[in-house]
Amino acid sequence: MTALDSASHRNPRTETLLIRGARLEGGGTGDLLVQDGVIAASGGTLSRAGATVIDAEGLVALPGLVDLHTHLREPGYEASETVLTGSRAAAAGGYTAVFAMPNTSPVADTAGVVEQVLALGEAAGFATVQPIGAVTVGQQGERLAELGTMADSRAQVRVFSDDGSCVWDPLIMRRALEYVKAFDGVIAQHAQDPRLTEGAQMNEGAVSAELGLAGWPAVAEESIIARDVLLAEHVGSRLHVCHLSTAGSVDIIRWAKRRGVNVTAEVTPHHLLLTDELARDYDASFKVNPPLRREEDVRAVRRGLADGTIDIVATDHAPHPAEAKACEWQTAANGMVGLESALRVVQLAMVDTGMLSWPDVARVMSRTPARIGRLRGHGTPLATGEAASLTLYDPAPTRTFSKEDLHGRSRNSPYLGRELPGEVRWTVYGGVVTVADGALLDAPGVRA
Amino acid sequence: MSTRTVLHEADIARALTRISHEILESNRGPDGLVILGIPTRGVALANRIATLISEFSGTVVPVGALDVTMYRDDLHRNPTRAPQPTSIPAGGIDGAVVVLVDDVLFSGRSIRAALDAIQDIGRPAAVRLATLVDRGHRQLPIRPDFVGKNLPSSSDERVNVRLAEVDGEEFVTIQGADS
Amino acid sequence: MRHLLDTKTLSRADALEILDVAEDMADTQQREVKKLPTLRGKTVVNLFFEDSTRTRISFEAAAKRLSADVINFSAKGSSLSKGESLQDTAQTLQAMGADAVVIRHGASGASRTLATSGWITAGVVNAGDGTHEHPTQALLDAFTIRKRRFGGGSRGRDLSGVKVTIVGDILHSRVARSNVWLLDTLGAEVTLVAPPTLVPQDVSAWPARVIFDLDDAVAAEPDALMVLRIQLERMNAAYFPTEREYSRRWGLDARRLEVLPPGSMVMHPGPMNRGLEISAEAADSPRSTVLDQVTNGVSVRMAVLYLLLAGERAGGPANDEREDAS
Repeated sequence: MTALDSASHRNPRTETLLIRGARLEGGGTGDLLVQDGVIAASGGTLSRAGATVIDAEGLVALPGLVDLHTHLREPGYEASETVLTGSRAAAAGGYTAVFAMPNTSPVADTAGVVEQVLALGEAAGFATVQPIGAVTVGQQGERLAELGTMADSRAQVRVFSDDGSCVWDPLIMRRALEYVKAFDGVIAQHAQDPRLTEGAQMNEGAVSAELGLAGWPAVAEESIIARDVLLAEHVGSRLHVCHLSTAGSVDIIRWAKRRGVNVTAEVTPHHLLLTDELARDYDASFKVNPPLRREEDVRAVRRGLADGTIDIVATDHAPHPAEAKACEWQTAANGMVGLESALRVVQLAMVDTGMLSWPDVARVMSRTPARIGRLRGHGTPLATGEAASLTLYDPAPTRTFSKEDLHGRSRNSPYLGRELPGEVRWTVYGGVVTVADGALLDAPGVRA
Repeated sequence: MSTRTVLHEADIARALTRISHEILESNRGPDGLVILGIPTRGVALANRIATLISEFSGTVVPVGALDVTMYRDDLHRNPTRAPQPTSIPAGGIDGAVVVLVDDVLFSGRSIRAALDAIQDIGRPAAVRLATLVDRGHRQLPIRPDFVGKNLPSSSDERVNVRLAEVDGEEFVTIQGADS
Repeated sequence: MRHLLDTKTLSRADALEILDVAEDMADTQQREVKKLPTLRGKTVVNLFFEDSTRTRISFEAAAKRLSADVINFSAKGSSLSKGESLQDTAQTLQAMGADAVVIRHGASGASRTLATSGWITAGVVNAGDGTHEHPTQALLDAFTIRKRRFGGGSRGRDLSGVKVTIVGDILHSRVARSNVWLLDTLGAEVTLVAPPTLVPQDVSAWPARVIFDLDDAVAAEPDALMVLRIQLERMNAAYFPTEREYSRRWGLDARRLEVLPPGSMVMHPGPMNRGLEISAEAADSPRSTVLDQVTNGVSVRMAVLYLLLAGERAGGPANDEREDAS
């Protein structure tokens, strides 16, 4: 039973929607008919008595976005975010599925915790919340967690990560890569050599030299990725690289793929746009791990995403309370919220620059993440018979990103006050409307 | 806006000559005198007075500068100003008759500040005040001992002093308010 | 001048103004009554999150000699002990009516965070933030160099053509950074000497020459050789193998002191590790400016406090007295 079945099961308010004149994936414009949670008809001009008509002229129709890297903070850090508030933020950003990272309290390293997170997501009903399991017990990097039991649980975990920390011990990483082959799992590595980044605060380079902030050198990411692709090749496993941020890392992935290594990589929206120059005012809104890098790195990851070396965009949505950011840089927490701004930033950095088309966006933000995470019912084409999880996006407007655009519990966005293009107009999750006419609904499917 | 010249170059010279004689007369000679000018233009005037006194009495009289910026009581109401150098003659001022010299006496606040500064530097036997122009409107009970010219004025008029050493030209004018 | 946070953004005009006003302050310190009434009624808070008796005393002396009231707030706390946050501490001081806050903090950027946060309206003086900057140290160093070179003719002069060499842990030194920017602004030529592990990875944009050999640096006959304190904890993080080797290769010992031209001055911000980065002979030689630096520190800090606190605050009442009038 996929999570989508439970959505329509718990929230019977699926609507019959007639979406008129949207820009469709195959090119051109057409209609979509949504009924009983699936796409009943697509393309051309459609009609249906009793349907709610949505005028989608000028709007791009995308399959519901799938985020392979989100921090929902529940259980344990509910002051920053909960599964409910986080999935609402996801829906507002056009997402219908998010993969929840396990660095909660307790850590999601057992079937019990991942099933709890799954249940919370189902109760919220705004998006599919697919738990990620920890690789090692407590994410301490010493012993493997019960990966198989998590895979067999109701949560059906397929992606495992110690994100926040690196699986540094090469033997543990090898064992983990080998072990998950039994259930088509994948290890998602947070590549950061801890010894080279002790006390690190920002990218190591000319800016960190001036600012007197301890540096996080690119080689600390690249050396782990290089090791891991060779390990994955050796044992014949899948590997996924989280939040890739440097030009060197792109080169290594490109080399590995040419060799036939089964590796995928993700890049965050902020690494497609922002550089370490933003640290100059010591504004901790820009403090993140991995850190913002140089202009050359931004250019390289953009090219990597455009040519397929980098497979997907993943937000690494990382909520933090105000006091963890409104303080001196050294004391501040790492992380930025990103679900609500992701599509708009990708448009600015990649579509408006001609590097990606809208079908490419569907590929990197929906289809491929779903494939990597083995999540059925998402990232599917907007074609008859497929699940009705989609987003209608208006690329035309330019608006200043403000607190009103944030729908999670935390406000730590680096884009506040910045002009971003585009607007999510409608999000439909398994036939249930979550965003209507640009406004996030209080409850899924319930409109005033 | 009308501008009227109240002292020309020659008038200034005559006033300084008279002041120098008056100082010598009231002090009964040059002994114990220390002339201290208040920057900027007071310093130029002090140098001239010291030279004249030395000529008339045949004795060289010590002269210096006393910057009062650090002692002003109205600092917070004006843009920060950089202080000028203070140079006290080698013999100091203890037991001396200090003659303060300034170009225009108005509210009296600069002189009050000068008295505070003097107190931190030493203990003179007496302090006298010489000013080129007294334009009235005192805000404190300060009176000059030696005056070049009494110049009744209204408080919205502006008195301008120009001296050759500082400005390259020499006159005193009074400028009326905008009518 | 609203705040003094760094020398990187300090203009040549502002830097010279501070140095020249410091000359006047230094003169008043020669009098019997060393006090000036200039900042009477103003409150200066020393907000020190890091131990530093020397710098705190220097600022305290500077403030008191200008008749300001001084409050010392020592807020030692590590992130482990979870002391009061910077924000809460700052707002407490604001409520107490601080006119200026002199802050020393272990985090780079803390003084900028304080100044731009909107938590306080007081002027902020950075007394050292992490490994970032220590502007008053650089100013007193420049003042000292200028005074030794030009004596009574210092007023209005910059340091054009003066060769200054700084040796020590550049990577972790806020004194080095502040000096590099200020000395360059004042026209001096700067050379940095350190083991390669103690130079930041990318200093290509810095207005300074970087070399690894102290003997080469001394042979180039600098006008001033500034020695930085080496922290022994660095040895444990593999920045250099032993004290002995550091001292041998980068210490200003008696032999190097002899090679240094007689007119060159030896500087150290203190506190010194005698026998490690600087020998006793060097520290106590007549070429050493170490004690001058301490004295000049008070004059320079008096100048900074004066320029920050005297004079119109933004939004104050308008000037209703003419400059010429007495």
